[in-house]
Amino acid sequence: MTGPAEEKPDGGPAPENGPTSGRPGPGPTAEGDADGSRPPAVEQPLPGLGWLRQTGALFALAVAVLRAVFKRPFQFREFVEQFWFIASVTILPAALVSIPFGAVIALQVGSLASQISAQSFTGGASVLVNIQQASPLIVALLIAGAAGSAICADLGSRTIREELDAMEVMGVSPIQRLVVPRVLATICVAVLLNGMVSVVGTLGGYFFNVVMQDGTPGAYIASFSALAQLPDLYISEIKAALFGFIAGVVAAYRGLNPRGGPKGVGDAVNQSVVITFLLLFFVNLVLTGIYLQLVPPKGA
Amino acid sequence: MGIEVSVEGLTKSFGSKNIWQDVSLTLPTGEVSVMLGPSGTGKTVFLKSMIGLIKPESGRVLVDGVDMVNSPERDVYEARKLFGLMFQDGALFGSMNLFDNIAFPLREHTRKKESEIRRVVMERLEMVGLVGDEGKLPGEISGGMRKRAGLARALVLDPQIVLCDEPDSGLDPVRTSFLSQLLIDLNAQIDATMLIVTHNLDIAATVPDNMGMLFRRNLVTFGPREVLLTSEEPVVAQFLSGSKKGPIGMSEEKDAAALAAERGRADDPGIERNLLVPQLEPSPGLPERSAVRRRRHRVEGMLDSLTPAARSAIRSSLAARSETATVAAQAASSPPVNAGRADDPAPTEQAGSDG
Repeated sequence: MTGPAEEKPDGGPAPENGPTSGRPGPGPTAEGDADGSRPPAVEQPLPGLGWLRQTGALFALAVAVLRAVFKRPFQFREFVEQFWFIASVTILPAALVSIPFGAVIALQVGSLASQISAQSFTGGASVLVNIQQASPLIVALLIAGAAGSAICADLGSRTIREELDAMEVMGVSPIQRLVVPRVLATICVAVLLNGMVSVVGTLGGYFFNVVMQDGTPGAYIASFSALAQLPDLYISEIKAALFGFIAGVVAAYRGLNPRGGPKGVGDAVNQSVVITFLLLFFVNLVLTGIYLQLVPPKGA
Repeated sequence: MGIEVSVEGLTKSFGSKNIWQDVSLTLPTGEVSVMLGPSGTGKTVFLKSMIGLIKPESGRVLVDGVDMVNSPERDVYEARKLFGLMFQDGALFGSMNLFDNIAFPLREHTRKKESEIRRVVMERLEMVGLVGDEGKLPGEISGGMRKRAGLARALVLDPQIVLCDEPDSGLDPVRTSFLSQLLIDLNAQIDATMLIVTHNLDIAATVPDNMGMLFRRNLVTFGPREVLLTSEEPVVAQFLSGSKKGPIGMSEEKDAAALAAERGRADDPGIERNLLVPQLEPSPGLPERSAVRRRRHRVEGMLDSLTPAARSAIRSSLAARSETATVAAQAASSPPVNAGRADDPAPTEQAGSDG
């Protein structure tokens, strides 16, 4: 497997092993095909092949990162610097976002519950929504928006200044030296941030439910402990860790492959945030589905 | 001691655009080679392919038994430690000052103590004339300084193969001459195999042992410098004279119609230059370049296969060189011949250098 960072994306999609090579049997590899036909004929690439190629390269980078994590020497200094940077740009916004978020959920669930005379379950419902859904998603938003964009812009501008090429020429792998510490830092910050957002969101929800909607504190906490269980917290943290990994890898991928010039870096940052959002929300759906199937709800 | 680099049948395309095909050449051990070519003929791509940054579709680049194109990633990374590549604009790390930039390869690849690193780095800084600027960030210095710092970083691990991407672009004529001298001195000191990619004719005329030229997706020629300088090939002749008349056009290459139309027009002779000037010698006090001896053997062996013009040019330059060598040997301690030459390496006017 070759790392995706090695091959710059070349203008259009699918130059070498075009799908129209019309040979029977298993398709030839990129090298084999290029060997055979020297002046490459103009081939019409299949629509959508570019997407496939990008996706493959993204996965290849993810695998390369996972493998490089275990390679010595570990770039501890870079990791700490990145960790500190990501934490410093995400903690305050996360806390500020999670209070109104928890409040909105508490108010909404509270008003709905009072309509069907189930006020006593407000606490459990709003806390579960908070911990399982709201908190990882807030983390995703901030990790992708604040940390991912910064990582992508940093790596992107280094790429167009040929700094990463220079690093490779000096026999240092940019994936191991730069990408791994950043991805690990986003994972760690995401996990810790998720814990903080859960607490702040839950407290915010409690405050709004009890103070604003005249809920009873006892019922709130009782329904909470009746419905919530530890696996809820586990899945929340697993989600956060996975979101951190995805955000870090996508940001690094777009940063390592910007298309030409400073404008390309801007576009890459933009795309990295959008792609990360799409991926994270989709992964969240899948994980939630799996969790609800696998883990029996408490008391069932 | 340098390492021979042999390139065999290298072909690279970006999408459907073929950059060059079937390029084969050998960089002889310890010699300085120059690759010429009009802008946009893939000279930089060629350099990057040699070091494995860009993967050509076919062909091999053999360095010390490692194929930089097809060998496993691990071997390629290992082999890269033999290389020093000077990027076009230095490619320094913007977040580090010059000292840390130059120390970077040492810190990554060696277990040297900080005091030892400091010594090596200061030595290299002195070599490229940047002492006193080591605390500055790359953003705070001029393009020429960045280039020299890039060169210092490329040299810090004592590479056996040095690749320079347009060392002259963005430098004034005087600094270009100094840089030429620096490259020759370097070759004398560490005997590294060197490849310089440029379109500066003064570097091309004074620095290399061997010259090649890329044009129209092909390697036009590669061989001893005299072969290219005396070549009758229209592309080479046009390039060396800077004339508008010939196969090279403003866009990458002229088509047949444009060439035909041009025949009716008045001649543009370009600029007369005598490029067959003696090669630069190392600065006084430095050892002889050991590549000179090896090259003499090699070139004498291939004389019969060359054109008469190239043959006579090689004969006269070899004779001139052995003369200066004897004079220098006689004047042992104070060599005025060498000194004079080292101080004034610029043979022609600088109309050819752009940037």
